[in-house]
Amino acid sequence: MSVKLIISGFGGQGVLLLGDIIAYSALKEGKNVTWVPSYGPESRGGTCNCQVICSEKSIGSPVVDEPDILIAFNLPSVDKFMKTVKKGGIMLYDSSLVKEKPKRDDIKIYGIPATEISDVANMVMLGAYIELTKNIKLETVVNLALPEKLKGGKEKFIPKNIKAIKKGIEYVLKNFNF
Amino acid sequence: MKKNLENKIEKILIKGNDAVVEAALRSGLNGFFGYPITPASEIIEGFAKAYYEDLERKKKGLKPKYPEFQVFLQMESEIASINAALGGAATGKRVLTASSSPGISLKQEGISYIAGCELPVAIIDVMRGGPGLGNIAPEQGDYFQTVKGGGHGDYRLITLAPNSVQELAEFTCEIFELADKYRNPAVLLYDGYLGQMKEGVIFPKVKAKNYDRSSWAADGNKKGREKHIITSIYIAPEDMEKHKLRLKRKYDLIEEKEVRFENYKSDDADIVIVAYGIVSRIAKDVVEKARKEGIKVGLLRPITLWPFPKKEISQIADNAKAILTVELNMLGQMNEDVLISANGKCPVEFYGRCGGVIPKEKEILEKILEINRKVK
Amino acid sequence: MKKKNLEYILKSPKVEAFQNKTHYCPGCGHGILHKLLGDAMDELGIKDITIFIDSVGCSVFAYNYFDCDHIQVPHGRAPAVATAVKRLRPDKIVITYQGDGDLAAIGTAEIIHAANRGENITIIFVNNAIYGMTGGQLAPTTLIKQKSTTTPRGRFATEFGYPLKICEMLNTLKAPAYLERVALYDPLHIKKAKEAVKKALRMQIKGKGFSLVEVLSHCPTNWKMTPEESMKFVKEKMEKYYPLKIFRDREFKK
Repeated sequence: MSVKLIISGFGGQGVLLLGDIIAYSALKEGKNVTWVPSYGPESRGGTCNCQVICSEKSIGSPVVDEPDILIAFNLPSVDKFMKTVKKGGIMLYDSSLVKEKPKRDDIKIYGIPATEISDVANMVMLGAYIELTKNIKLETVVNLALPEKLKGGKEKFIPKNIKAIKKGIEYVLKNFNF
Repeated sequence: MKKNLENKIEKILIKGNDAVVEAALRSGLNGFFGYPITPASEIIEGFAKAYYEDLERKKKGLKPKYPEFQVFLQMESEIASINAALGGAATGKRVLTASSSPGISLKQEGISYIAGCELPVAIIDVMRGGPGLGNIAPEQGDYFQTVKGGGHGDYRLITLAPNSVQELAEFTCEIFELADKYRNPAVLLYDGYLGQMKEGVIFPKVKAKNYDRSSWAADGNKKGREKHIITSIYIAPEDMEKHKLRLKRKYDLIEEKEVRFENYKSDDADIVIVAYGIVSRIAKDVVEKARKEGIKVGLLRPITLWPFPKKEISQIADNAKAILTVELNMLGQMNEDVLISANGKCPVEFYGRCGGVIPKEKEILEKILEINRKVK
Repeated sequence: MKKKNLEYILKSPKVEAFQNKTHYCPGCGHGILHKLLGDAMDELGIKDITIFIDSVGCSVFAYNYFDCDHIQVPHGRAPAVATAVKRLRPDKIVITYQGDGDLAAIGTAEIIHAANRGENITIIFVNNAIYGMTGGQLAPTTLIKQKSTTTPRGRFATEFGYPLKICEMLNTLKAPAYLERVALYDPLHIKKAKEAVKKALRMQIKGKGFSLVEVLSHCPTNWKMTPEESMKFVKEKMEKYYPLKIFRDREFKK
């Protein structure tokens, strides 16, 4: 199975780190992964994004034209990428920043008020992602990814990040029925 | 299951440019000389980090992580960097310089001297958009300046083109070995996309062959021997010709021994895509998609751009109905070599995107369908 | 004193570091400078550990004359090459021998940055106010009104600016350890030049840092003069614009 993601937002919202953590966790769970930061024409227009593929099989093209999952942190990202999401795919967006609910009938759309829930909005989104997709495990993120990505003086932020991830999970459990 | 376990234990998630740094350090690099340029700057920064961390270790009385890594220096220019590399290699040390397209243009004079002096210098070119300042997006516009020799005089550069971060690590080790084996500059050529991308990597266990450079290097160990002269000047035409014919014999040997390529389902294919670097990975997915639609498509990926897999492409031209070259440039730079290799035996088409636009699978597939209609 | 100087010129012992007869034109300053550089290398006993950087210009064939290892490098780039050589082989002696076209025109960036980093190398800079090897074109050091094949009516500041004073320029930098300008127009000055060259090498041996000796030399062929006239030209014209002196000396400074 292969999952293709686009994660997009403003620079500074932790978009690249979120993609990196997802890719790293999937790698540690035995998957093949690619992570590509916005680079080339995509990097213009105030959005920052990354493309992630996690796959059981070896990955051919690392380019994500049609994502299975889109995580959008702002309106420009919704405008730009929602239309590219594969039919039957998923979109998570930060509903504290995107006020009007985006509409597309052939994909599942989840609004998460990540910025209101915590100032580490990307971690809230990570929690929601884990709970909604089950593509990576919470333990992998907590035990392996966070200690690896938050090193060199940033260790003190780990508890705060874990808290935010858990809030993301809780929000999904409370607000969405499966 | 076993494979999964390996992933868990060994694979490191690392950016292409960072993998190059780590692999070079593991290959026993002695000196790095460079100048910052996007999208290759992670390389010079990576070496700086490794160098100063080791200095701190030494200060604390700890063992350095890379004891062979003696010198890191950010030079005043690309020109100074390539010449510093020339100097380091001339004294018998393992050296590297790295840049991106416009920087490589500046280095060409030095590269020509290095080829003429027959020095084992490893060079990294992370390609971006050109001509001119162009942009920092990925392109494959440096095929000409690398494979055809961008500097003056006729000479060859061994050129390896990886298509994954794993290969970036492996081929970095390889270019050092090839440079030493043939006393020739060797280039690792890849686009900015690969440089910026992260993938899981298992670093090769490098056992650098112990090349004895003491028989030719200007290392200042003259006691008891004749002086060693590293030079590219041969004033008498007869001497110059002799020198060049010797170089030609070396180049012939490399062409005979070092051609590398990946053949993916091209043996029974009607249409064969020729592509290298990041494009070859997109092309591989296209092969699968086309086959699902009932068109027999294959991929021939040159891994060494020089020496170019001429023979293999010639054979493909014998059997296939058409060849499609896909590149990240507008001129079809590699396509010229594909055309020469196919030698008119089958139609050769070209599809290029440039300026940093990466071709979509769909576009290439459409091109395949179009060719399929023509050759049916 | 004068006799002693002459004796040095005429009767000095065979120089081991210096080999063969040179290809230089009769009356050229390179031959004298080669001899005294070889002499200094012998006296310091460094020829077997010296890596000599041969730059583009008349002196490109210096590898034929000095009995040590050589690297012949692109035009102007000797200081960049020398930087890497010295840093990777810190126990060796690294000498670059560069002309004014090489060092002061096409290689200006390299010399300034090597000096500014205080590389522990020795630069022998030959200033003869002309491009020798290519046949007498304007050099950055060509004097005002001096003729060259590309300034057939003489150099005018309005077109080509003023002659570049390398020692004075480098003397504005903090790092260099030793900067001196010498000349070769009479036995006394040849003797002084020898001392300067030897001192520059000694500075490197002691690890003092960047040393450069600018040698005002004569080029009778391209100046279209007799050797005597050319030496007189250095004494009367060049020295006036390029004063002979020690600009920087940190031999005994810690």
